[in-house]
Amino acid sequence: MLLLDKSGAKADVWTRSEGAAIDNISHALVAWEALPEALQQKSRDQRLGVIVPNNVSIAELKLVLRQLSLVAVSFPSFSDGRGFSLAKLIRNHGFTGTLRASGPLIADQFAYAISCGFDEIELPDASAGRQPVEQWLKAVAQISHGYQRGYGDNRNILDQRRAARAAGGAV
Amino acid sequence: MYRYDEFDERFVRERVAQFRDQVARRLDGSLTEDEFKPLRLKNGVYLQLHAYMLRIAVPYGTLNSRQLRQLALIGEKYDRGYGHFTTRTNLQYNWPKLRDIPDILDLLADVEMHCIQTSGNCIRNVTADHFAGVAQDEIEDPRPTAELIRQWSSLHPEFSYLPRKFKIAVTGAEHDRAVIKAHDIGLRLRRHPDTHEICFEVSVGGGLGRTPMIGKVVRDYLPKADLLAYLEAVMRVYNLEGRRDNKYKARVKILVHEIGVEEFTRRVEEEFARLDGPSVNADPAEVARIAAYFAPPSYEVLPETSRVLEATKAANPAFARWVETNTTPHKAPGYTALTISLKPIGEAPGDATSEQMRLVADLAEQYSHDELRVTHAQNLVLPHLRQRDLFTIWQKLGEAGLASANIGLITDIIACPGLDYCALATARSIPIAQAIQRRFADDERQRLIGELNIKISGCINACGHHHIGHIGILGLEKRGIESYQITLGGEATENATIGEILGPGLAAEDVPDAIGRIVDVYLAERQGNESFIESVRRLGLAPFKAAFQEVANAVA
Repeated sequence: MLLLDKSGAKADVWTRSEGAAIDNISHALVAWEALPEALQQKSRDQRLGVIVPNNVSIAELKLVLRQLSLVAVSFPSFSDGRGFSLAKLIRNHGFTGTLRASGPLIADQFAYAISCGFDEIELPDASAGRQPVEQWLKAVAQISHGYQRGYGDNRNILDQRRAARAAGGAV
Repeated sequence: MYRYDEFDERFVRERVAQFRDQVARRLDGSLTEDEFKPLRLKNGVYLQLHAYMLRIAVPYGTLNSRQLRQLALIGEKYDRGYGHFTTRTNLQYNWPKLRDIPDILDLLADVEMHCIQTSGNCIRNVTADHFAGVAQDEIEDPRPTAELIRQWSSLHPEFSYLPRKFKIAVTGAEHDRAVIKAHDIGLRLRRHPDTHEICFEVSVGGGLGRTPMIGKVVRDYLPKADLLAYLEAVMRVYNLEGRRDNKYKARVKILVHEIGVEEFTRRVEEEFARLDGPSVNADPAEVARIAAYFAPPSYEVLPETSRVLEATKAANPAFARWVETNTTPHKAPGYTALTISLKPIGEAPGDATSEQMRLVADLAEQYSHDELRVTHAQNLVLPHLRQRDLFTIWQKLGEAGLASANIGLITDIIACPGLDYCALATARSIPIAQAIQRRFADDERQRLIGELNIKISGCINACGHHHIGHIGILGLEKRGIESYQITLGGEATENATIGEILGPGLAAEDVPDAIGRIVDVYLAERQGNESFIESVRRLGLAPFKAAFQEVANAVA
């Protein structure tokens, strides 16, 4: 597994638990099915994360978001884009913890993932072996600005045009 | 028309550089073929039967002369001297080499063009009424909306890996010339009866292909300012809920059909209500900035009807027929919108040579305020002509084989490339179109028959829109032999209708005869000035089926 964010490869502080057995793991990552039980066992200073399938019900997930420090959204394949919309929904429901995309994404999706609210990507070895970190860092910067408002910062083209108009610029 | 600003320019240049890098990563093995495929498709590069095919976006079908000349140049330098205009108002080159494609993309970027999202499971090239800005029945020009959607949908972070392709069309007129009801989303600009505010009627879930469906209205009056937030809500529901287990059930039409339009609408409205509109929508100043590019050109003050035109028509019956068939009334007095037929008898529908493109570019520059359009019916339009210039234009077009007087007639056939080019095709389309054209080549007979749309697809994917042809022809393959299924009664207008199958499939050589029988029934049965489709509506399918059956029996 390779874990990376916009700055490059990073160490994974999270440990996958066996079922709901989070014992005294400081950062425990549990499967969606095991979450209710893990939440009951969670101690005050323990951090809990969950791995959710990309068809998880947002109505159910939103009820537990405040108790979670990390949500890992599974991408069964790079071409299944549900995870992008799910990330957006999770952020729109106010989640401020770490959002992780987990699966065989490709470097060309890195910028999209970040724009939709993901912080980091967890890649299986087979993908990471072919697509080293440098390719991801290059790919993420290939398109300077997108057109969509509400996806990340206000560096999108529409907001830049608006700022230029406000400043009396000639855009 | 719209011009790129510094942001648009950089965006397109960066996309070209990105594609070069993607090709390099495929070649060095970083990307597998499976990973590379959607990346090349989203840049318009297909692998076809004989070669790569490159599909160039012509956003809402609008071009200027410089762009068309560049397309002519690309056709000569990198292809075989011609291009093919498609039903999505794009242009396809059938013979480029993969290694040349980044250079072609650079040439396109030089004239503010690109191939972004002309294929793949993403939001495709946005289409609009080809008489936008000039039609007499127009409430508002749809092109500023289409341009806003072009920008918004380009490399969308959330909606670039959809279950399936997604097509949006916009019209601002009463008469629908953009086939919006056969689109995943169809937008119609209309006035609210009480507030008189211009709004969108939003239809979702239209589409052709294996399971043809007419779009259903999900919002009667969407305020214009809310467009992008509403589109975001529709796309999010589709991206999350659309089927991904079967590519033939993955279009939004299937989702709408399976959960019902009420439930689909409820989910969209719920998501829309939760969105923070002001942080998503384009602000009014941005909408106005785009709209300003589409302000009407400065027309001369002219009498309603040109005396020069009337005189030349009187002296030249062939010219008069062409004017009558190929021109459309214009908003501005003394002007007209001319449709140039790319359907001369016996040629591949929608093909244009580089020489022809240059001539049309010259005419657009000299006579049409430097503007032209591509229609979904695979023809070209010069939208701003003085009526008095028509005779000169007709003569010049005639020299280039572009003066066919058949717009809307039986030989103005829509056809996909079919088995002559396409890797998906199950049967030929172009030769069928040519055979029908030859059978009905006689000008007088065509005019006697009047408006009749024949649409031909070479496979179930229905790129040739056969479902919504007055007469539709679908080419299939049965036990190694091409078989053509005929449908009747389809319509592509605001009364969009899916045609019904007339009977068993026919061999290729029997298709023109079957069309002949169907037309004979119409000519025998029509009342007054009734058009073909009006007769079909009044008579029902039975008399046509009976005539068709005779052909089917004769060949059985």
